[in-house]
Amino acid sequence: MSFMDRAARTIFLSELISGLGLTFRYMFRPKVTLNYPYEKGPISPRFRGEHALRRYPNGEERCIACKLCEAICPAQAITIEAEPRADGSRRTTRYDIDMVKCIYCGYCQEACPVDAIVEGPNFEFSTETREELLYDKDRLLANGDRWESEIAANLAAEAPYR
Amino acid sequence: MAELWATLIWPVLWTAIKIVIIVGPLMLAIAYLTFVERKVIAAMHLRKGPNVVGPFGLLQPMADGLKLLLKETVVPSRANRSVFVIAPMITFILALVAWAVIPFGEGLVLANINVGILYLFAISSLGVYGIVMAGWASNSKYAFLGGLRSAAQMVSYEVSMGFVIITVLLCVGSLNLSDIVLAQKGSWGLFNWYVFPLLPMAVIFFVSTLAETNRHPFDLPEAEAELVSGYNVEYSSMTFALFFLGEYGNMILMSAMTSVLFLGGWLPPFDVVPLNWIPGPIWFALKIAACLFVFLWVRATLPRYRYDQLMRLGWKVFLPISLVAVVVVSGFLVASGMAPGAR
Repeated sequence: MSFMDRAARTIFLSELISGLGLTFRYMFRPKVTLNYPYEKGPISPRFRGEHALRRYPNGEERCIACKLCEAICPAQAITIEAEPRADGSRRTTRYDIDMVKCIYCGYCQEACPVDAIVEGPNFEFSTETREELLYDKDRLLANGDRWESEIAANLAAEAPYR
Repeated sequence: MAELWATLIWPVLWTAIKIVIIVGPLMLAIAYLTFVERKVIAAMHLRKGPNVVGPFGLLQPMADGLKLLLKETVVPSRANRSVFVIAPMITFILALVAWAVIPFGEGLVLANINVGILYLFAISSLGVYGIVMAGWASNSKYAFLGGLRSAAQMVSYEVSMGFVIITVLLCVGSLNLSDIVLAQKGSWGLFNWYVFPLLPMAVIFFVSTLAETNRHPFDLPEAEAELVSGYNVEYSSMTFALFFLGEYGNMILMSAMTSVLFLGGWLPPFDVVPLNWIPGPIWFALKIAACLFVFLWVRATLPRYRYDQLMRLGWKVFLPISLVAVVVVSGFLVASGMAPGAR
């Protein structure tokens, strides 16, 4: 009997037809496409996007040039030079990230003791030349100013788990 | 001069005009078939498909064509130049040349020759040359393997396709495509079409056309996963576009062949008033479109066959079934006195 069953199924192509039926039904289902530049999917507060250097609310930059991020960076994408400022505080004179080398592992933000270097929620920073991806300190601070509200909200959301 | 005009120039000119009338819409149909394919498959994948260029993405085929035109034609340095360039032309020309014998309506055919179906069959068999030459001339192992696979596959499926055509010819008693369509005219409307009395043959024929046009699930010549893209891997720009046009032209041609042989060509489903007001060519186009939809539908549904499975299906399943069918159909026709010669 099972042989007859199987033979009948093969001869009448029942599996083929049920498969075709399935795809035909799917054709009328609502689409799941996001119309990307106009619609975007949700991203996690832990999302590791473009880097930013943050400031304290009084406008002072957070980074204390401890170079932990430079040390931990597995791709060696971060370059820091530092010297004491006129007021005696230790600050960076140079803070470069080679975004082409960066692997977006997030170790720099994990290493940072003052939450200065963070990876923000921005992932749309493609450029037309490679040179534009060699970020310097001004660019990173500007990113920090631009994305501060989102970054602060994400850090606050993640605070219980850190 | 007037005599020359009437006997030579005008007939040639008139034929050229008719060719343009056939080829123009055909090229447009090929362009939009690529668009419809992307849309249909996208819908079955729950995607939207191209929708940016023009309303609903309707100008997408134009954009694609323009892109291909503007690209550089790269000829590999070790390739056989002349064969490399001729191969896509052969594919494309053969896809167009076959349309000469396809009847679009009562008497609406460019060349109403008496061996129309043999001509079609011969042209579609020649199609393998374009692919084999491309595979060989590219001087690349992927292209070469793709070409070899294509040759083996097309040859194997043509055998069973030939036998299926013979069963239809046994019922018709003529090799003329218009006669084949007219033989399906009858008081039962669509139940007179050969797709019903010869249903298993129609299925085998359709599956063989899938293999013949190298479409899913038999697209082994261009299996992306194994052969990158098979015989056309070294092609770019217009040469690539010609392969593409040829492949889609062949799809339309095979759908037309299926419509003529099994779906009653230009005949309306029932010869009643609102249906037979619609002209024949439109019915024919609708039937071709339905067949093409199944081509795309199958592509969205089935995974690719393994090579040995493909050969097993061709030689161990289709060939015996179609051989037996030839015997059964001819036996039935003789025994029941319905054979065309006995009328």
